[in-house]
Amino acid sequence: MAMRAGTSSGKAGMAAPVGELPSAMGPGDGQAVISVRGLTKRYGDLEAVRGIDFEVSRGETFGFLGPNGAGKTTTIKILCTLATATTGSARVAGHDTSTAQGEVRRNIGLVFQDTTLDNYLTAEQNLRFHAALYGVPKEAVAPRMRQVLDMVGLFERRNGLVSTFSGGMQRRLEIARGLLHAPRVLFLDEPTVGLDPQTRSSIWNYINDLKKREDITIFLTTHYMDEAENCDRIAIIDHGRIVAIDTPEALKASVGKDRVQIHTADDPAAIAFLNDRFGIEAAVHEGAVTFSVASGEEFVPRLFSEVPVAIGSVSVSRPSLDDVFMSYTGSTIRDAEASGIDVMRQRAAHWRGGRR
Amino acid sequence: MVAQMAKTTADARAEAALVDEIRVAVPEHSLWHNVRAVNIVWRRELIRFRTDRLRAITSLIQPFLFLFVLGTGLSTLAKAGMPPGVDFKTFIYPGVLAMSVLFTAVFSAGSIVWDREFGFLREMLVAPVSRASLVIGKCLGGTTIATFQGLVFLVLAGFAHVPYDPVLFVTLIGELLLLSFTLTAFGLMMAARIKQFQSFMALTQMLVMPLFFLSGALYPLNGLPTWLGVLTRIDPLTYIVGPMRHAVFDHLTLPAASIQRLAPGITWGGWVVPVGVSLGLVAAMGLVMGIVAIGEFKKTE
Repeated sequence: MAMRAGTSSGKAGMAAPVGELPSAMGPGDGQAVISVRGLTKRYGDLEAVRGIDFEVSRGETFGFLGPNGAGKTTTIKILCTLATATTGSARVAGHDTSTAQGEVRRNIGLVFQDTTLDNYLTAEQNLRFHAALYGVPKEAVAPRMRQVLDMVGLFERRNGLVSTFSGGMQRRLEIARGLLHAPRVLFLDEPTVGLDPQTRSSIWNYINDLKKREDITIFLTTHYMDEAENCDRIAIIDHGRIVAIDTPEALKASVGKDRVQIHTADDPAAIAFLNDRFGIEAAVHEGAVTFSVASGEEFVPRLFSEVPVAIGSVSVSRPSLDDVFMSYTGSTIRDAEASGIDVMRQRAAHWRGGRR
Repeated sequence: MVAQMAKTTADARAEAALVDEIRVAVPEHSLWHNVRAVNIVWRRELIRFRTDRLRAITSLIQPFLFLFVLGTGLSTLAKAGMPPGVDFKTFIYPGVLAMSVLFTAVFSAGSIVWDREFGFLREMLVAPVSRASLVIGKCLGGTTIATFQGLVFLVLAGFAHVPYDPVLFVTLIGELLLLSFTLTAFGLMMAARIKQFQSFMALTQMLVMPLFFLSGALYPLNGLPTWLGVLTRIDPLTYIVGPMRHAVFDHLTLPAASIQRLAPGITWGGWVVPVGVSLGLVAAMGLVMGIVAIGEFKKTE
C-alpha cells in the first residue's frame, strides 16, 4: 500500500525490478544516493517547498509527479546546487548540497526544463563545450557524441546551427547533451515535454539501457503519467509537499482495483461461477462480463484454469496514475496545472522584483 | 565456421567498446580539467565573435567617427593650439585606439547576462569546474576579442601620421591587452549582478562614456580647471590612455617642448606618475574586479 511521506526510507529496495544490475551495485543495497530531510525553500512570502523528506537508492529511477508550480523544479535546483535550501538538508552521492557543492556537481548531470543550449553554436559545438566542461575524457568525446546524437536522430544535423533547429530538435539535443558525460546521478526536469512518441521511446530505451549497464541513478520530474510509469518509485508532490511515495503499481493498487472484462460464450454462467467460486460481483457492461479485482494480471490465469465456460477475449485495465493523482490531491493534474501556473507567475514576478 | 567465430568476437569487442563509451565516470578534481574549462569557455567566445561579423564592424564605427570625422573637423580649430607639424588626429589617436576596445571589451562581458537570460549560464554553473575558471575563460575571451578590434584600428595608424614602428606597435598591443583585460573584468563584475541584458547595456553605456571623456583621450591633462583635473585623475582609463599617448609621442620626432605640452604625463599634485606605476594600477584594478566577479558567481540563489 502507498506510504505517506516521511516514512518511506528503506522501502526503496523493494521497488520495481532492475534485476540485470550486478548485485553489488543493485538497487537493493539500500544505499541512499539522494537523501532529503525536512527540506523547505521560501522565495519571500512564497513557500515553494514546504518540508519534504525522501530517499533515492542507488540504481533507482525516482520520479516527482506533480503539476507545474508544485515545487518540483525548486527541489531539483536545490539538489543540483543551483539554489540553497531555506531549512533542511539534502545529500547527493554522499555530499551535502550546501557545503560540498563541488563534490555534488562532479557526480550529477542535469537536463533542464527550459532550453539551455547556445543557439549560435552548432549541435556539435554545444556537445564539445559540454564534454570539456563536464570532464569527458578527450578520446571518448567523439564516439560518445556519435552515440548520443544517434539516439536522438540528430547525427546528420550535427553541424547545423542550433538556432535553425525546431523546438523538438533542440529538446532532443538537450537530452543528448545531458547524457553525454554519463553522470552517476542524472536529473531530468520534465525531460520529454513536447516530444513525439518515437523520440520519447528512443530516449527511454537509451536510459533504460544505460541503467542496465551502469551504476546510474535517475531523478526525474514529470507531469506525464505515462512517463512516470518508467519510474521504480514515484513521489506525488502537490503545493510543495509530498503526499505519497511508492512504486507505480502500489500507488495504483492503493487507489482501486483493476477492471477486468471478459467475452464469454455463456455470460450468465460465467457471472454465476465468479460469484460462487471467488465471491466476485460481476455484471454485463459494454457487452462484456465486467468485474473488479485487486490484481487483474494475477487473477486472469486463475480464472482461465478454473472457469467452465469458453472465454473469447479478455481485457484488464488498471487504474491510471491520473486516478492516483486525483485520489491523493483531490484534483486532476490538469486542474492543478491551471492553478499552478498562477502560482508560477506570482513567483516569477516576485522573483524579479526581489532580485533587483 | 572460423569466419563466424571471428565475427562473434568482433561483435563482442564492439559491444565491449560500447559499454566502455557509456561508462559512468566521476571527473577528477584536477587543475587540468579546469584549464580545459577555461579553454572551452574562451573558445566559445571566439566562435561567437567570428560568426557575428556585424558586431565586429559596428563596434569599429564609433572610433572611426571620432578619428576621421571629429578629428578632421576639429583639426582646423585645434591648429591654433597645436605645436607646428603635429596633426590633431595624431594627438587623439591613442585615446581613440583605447576607445576601439572599450565597448567591445565591456559588452563582451555582457554575454554572461545574455547567457543567464537564455539559460545557458546554468549549463555552466552546474558543471563540475570551479566558477573561477568560467570567469577566467570569459575574461580571456573578452580580452582577445577586444584586442583584435584594437589591432584592426592599429592598422590605420598611418592615417593619423603615427609611424609603423615595431617597438611602438608591440608596446601598444601590450597596452591594449591590459586595457581589454581590465575592461572585461569590469564588465564581468557588473554582469554578475545584473539579470537583464537591456539593463546591462544601459548601465554600462552610462558608465563607459564618462570614463572615455574624462580619460584625457581628446584633450591634454595639463592646464585643466581643478574640478576636471581631479575627475581625470580618478578615472581609471586615464592611466592607460596616458601611457599609450606617451608611447606614440616617444616615437615622433618632435621638440621636447611640444611633447611636454601634448603628452605631459599624469601628475598627482606635481609628482609625475611613472608609466610602470600607471600600468600597474590598471592591472591591479583589473585583478581586483576579476576577483570580485568570481566571488559574485560563487554565490547561489
